[in-house]
Amino acid sequence: MGETKLDLLQGTLDLMVLQSLAAMGAQHGYGIARRIEQASGDEVLLNQGTIYASLVRLQQRGWIAAEWGTSDNNRKAKFYSITRGGRKQLAKDAAHWQRLSDVMGRLFSMSPEEGL
Amino acid sequence: MSALRRAWARVHSFFHKPPLDAELEAEIATHIELAIEENLQHGLPLVEARRQALVRFGGVDLMKYQHREARGLMRLDILLQDFRYTIRSLGRDRGFTIIAILLLALGIGANIAVFSVVNNLLLRPLPFPNADRLVWIAPPPTKCGLSCATYSTDAYDEFRMYSRSYQDVTGYFAFSGPGNLDLNLGGAPIPATSIDVIANFFEVLGVQPAMGRLFRPEDGNNGAAPVIVLSDAWWRRQFNADPKIVGKAFDMNGNQTTVIGVLPPTFDFGAVFSPGAKVDALTPLNLYGPPRDYGNIITLIGRLKPGVTMGQAVPDAAAAATHMCWNNKQPGSCHQYTGAVVPVPLKDYISGKLRRSLVVLWSAVGSVLLIACVNLSNLLLARAAARTKEFGMRTALGASRFRIVRQLLTESLVLSGAGAICGLVLAAALIAWLRHQQALALPLLSLLHIDGAALGWTVLIALVAAGLFGLLPGLRMASGNLQDSLKDSGAGSGQGRKHERLRSILVVTEVALACVLLVGAGLLLRSFLQVLDVDLGFQPQHAASINVEYDDSAPNDKDGSLGAARRGVIFQQVISRVSAIPGVEAAGISDYLPLGQNRAWGLPWPKSIKQPENVHGSPLVYVITPGYLRAMGTGIRGRDISWDDGPKSRNVVLINRSFANFLDQYAHWPNHDAVGQIIGGNGQEMLVVGVADDVHEESSEGEAGWQIYYSAMQRGPSGAQLVVRTTLPPAVLAGTVLRTLRDINPKQAMAEFRPIQSLVDHANSPRQFFMLLAASFAGLGLLLAAIGIYGVISYSVTQRTQEIGIRMALGATMAQVRRIVLFKTLRLAAFGIAAGAIVSLLVSRAIAALLFNTAPSDPIAFAAMIVLIGAVAMLAGYIPARRASRINPMVALRNN
Repeated sequence: MGETKLDLLQGTLDLMVLQSLAAMGAQHGYGIARRIEQASGDEVLLNQGTIYASLVRLQQRGWIAAEWGTSDNNRKAKFYSITRGGRKQLAKDAAHWQRLSDVMGRLFSMSPEEGL
Repeated sequence: MSALRRAWARVHSFFHKPPLDAELEAEIATHIELAIEENLQHGLPLVEARRQALVRFGGVDLMKYQHREARGLMRLDILLQDFRYTIRSLGRDRGFTIIAILLLALGIGANIAVFSVVNNLLLRPLPFPNADRLVWIAPPPTKCGLSCATYSTDAYDEFRMYSRSYQDVTGYFAFSGPGNLDLNLGGAPIPATSIDVIANFFEVLGVQPAMGRLFRPEDGNNGAAPVIVLSDAWWRRQFNADPKIVGKAFDMNGNQTTVIGVLPPTFDFGAVFSPGAKVDALTPLNLYGPPRDYGNIITLIGRLKPGVTMGQAVPDAAAAATHMCWNNKQPGSCHQYTGAVVPVPLKDYISGKLRRSLVVLWSAVGSVLLIACVNLSNLLLARAAARTKEFGMRTALGASRFRIVRQLLTESLVLSGAGAICGLVLAAALIAWLRHQQALALPLLSLLHIDGAALGWTVLIALVAAGLFGLLPGLRMASGNLQDSLKDSGAGSGQGRKHERLRSILVVTEVALACVLLVGAGLLLRSFLQVLDVDLGFQPQHAASINVEYDDSAPNDKDGSLGAARRGVIFQQVISRVSAIPGVEAAGISDYLPLGQNRAWGLPWPKSIKQPENVHGSPLVYVITPGYLRAMGTGIRGRDISWDDGPKSRNVVLINRSFANFLDQYAHWPNHDAVGQIIGGNGQEMLVVGVADDVHEESSEGEAGWQIYYSAMQRGPSGAQLVVRTTLPPAVLAGTVLRTLRDINPKQAMAEFRPIQSLVDHANSPRQFFMLLAASFAGLGLLLAAIGIYGVISYSVTQRTQEIGIRMALGATMAQVRRIVLFKTLRLAAFGIAAGAIVSLLVSRAIAALLFNTAPSDPIAFAAMIVLIGAVAMLAGYIPARRASRINPMVALRNN
């Protein structure tokens, strides 16, 4: 496998799914999984199957909706799309992540001598 | 919001598993197909494309599991699964299941029943609003019965005036006897019991009528129209629950009396204030009429003002007591209540005496449940031993240890749940039966029921029991190496030995607990037998009594002598006619009977001797006719009252031996003989014509007090109880006696002919009740311990079949094999008995206060217990021992 891939933090997968759906519109499970893999540049350790647990969680919260439809190559598939509530949640979570990552960035940029 | 939505969605999913699962399957299939297609496009061969697609997806089953976990209620799913599995496995082992549930039902049922009694008497407040503010006001117990526990009407008024702690004070007339009310509906009058209460009685207690109204102050005034309030029970029984009864008037005791209200079923005067007695109706007490000068007649009940504590109420009552006079017109009678007005919480008065018994009973029944749990733990251990392979297999298939322990706990819970339900049914039956034991002199009995608290208690003990008996087998399962158990052949291995030791310890515990229960019950039984053995001073067998009505009113009867003379004639006629009935040995009349009501008229002192200051108490007064003492079976030295001791003759009395001895300490009569001496002064001189045996007038257990007997033709009796001594069973005579009485006086009510023995039984009934319960619990404990011993010995015989076979093959006789097994039983029993005896010695001291003439270390009770439990243990061990001795060595060795 070479270099170890990143383990996903709890809760991040849900956010990734939401973001993918917001960016791509309605998509089926395989599409979402591929999108996340591609976007992460294959840096993330993702068993594609785990997104189905994430999808059911999001759907039960009312942040995404699901509908059976037909894929480009004429396959019956379940298509997920983000709802208005989902977008709101996404905005909230994204802002949270941004702040967290800013803080982490500042923290890591401190040089050892500068301590408190 | 979204969390709520999710919770709802989860519940929804829980109930729609099949369609959701099908959808997920379809989704996964599509996913994999899409992945394969993409891989094919990248030029991979089909086999590799499929492999890679599956690898990227991850384990399909794991994903499905995660999905379901996120989607529904996984824990509940597992619980249901465990539950179904439990039902199936218990169903397969039907014998075990039935025994387990039966053990638990007995243990839990007995606990619920006792809890309900305890709850009813000790935990629950009395059935009145703010019942904690109600107090009973009475002097500390003294040697003159009810007359010293009551107050005069003047004292009542003054207490109400001078006390500050009370919102209001009420009371009732304490001397109404049973059958004091004759209801005339045409035909023979129907006897009923009514109590006179002060008009504010219900207001103070906070009782509301079920129908109509209760008393107002004017109902008790002079000349007020007679009114009555019916008890719920009497209204139903006598008046067929007539919904229009209020306002109707009936002839009661010859007066047209209007029914003004009906009491709610929750208020039963008898159940609260005179346990075991039936009170049918309540009537207003006229405080300012004839009872005014009757002396001490009222028992006091007060309601404290909100926020007043007992610490404040007690000194307040003591202060008010200094203002209370027995009779306002006699200044000398003031201050006589000093120190004799003490409030206690009403609840303490009603059930305080029973607290100790109930706590003992509660502990006993708890021990029974503990024994049942130990027993079950033992059974489950044996079962677990047989199931090690099953669990080993499940572990090998991937079940976690936690999951297996959870499975075992589920089994325990299912068993205890089923046991609790059966126990509840058992307890409900027991309580329904108890509630209708009217002869039992326990307060509040008619209010006994299983309430929410009892149900809560049931759940609690079921959970605790499940924990108790499920823990040990569960821990054992969890600690053992399950993989090893798969390889283990079972019999004769080290694991089996360890198991057996644990089971033996459990059985020893059981025997020890049963032992303690048996000793306790044995001591209570000995005490009860001692109580039955007490010489009551009368012979209750072969005697019965009936309430006689008579009219001795005479016109222009200034000093009562005309009435007294007339009474003498009536009584003499009654007694001579009744004595003529075949089978009647003796007959006589007294106004009060022993172990019932009583009263006192002060302390007559030997003539010409000064009464010292510090002498308290007075003899209980009985106004009797000739023949009464003989009919009761009370011995006399000197002579009985005679028909010649009339109003114009010299006043005569009999006194009992204790009172005679007491007076003799001061009078120093010649030969210490009271007969022929004069007592009383100030024109109330009385010749002591006889000394009677001491009669237990208040209880079988207490000391006999002082008694004085007056002639019914010289003093006014407060009623007439005809006592008949017969050679026949009293029931046979009942009809003839009543017919004779009705023949003499057509107004005679259809009164009950009560065996005197029933008075004694009634007085002894609480002790008998507790003794019987303790004995049944001990019996149950013994049975459970016997089952435990049988189980362990039987198991060990099965385990050692091979060893026994070898012994027999080597020449051991059947008797020797039996001896080995019995010796093992004996050892277990001996350990248990030794431990139990030591604990019993400690525990019995705690119940010493409940014993009567029995030492807590009573050797007979201890010896009987050891013999009994030893015999039962041997019996329980004998059955497996016999089986062991019948083992065929050839078969035993060939097997395995």
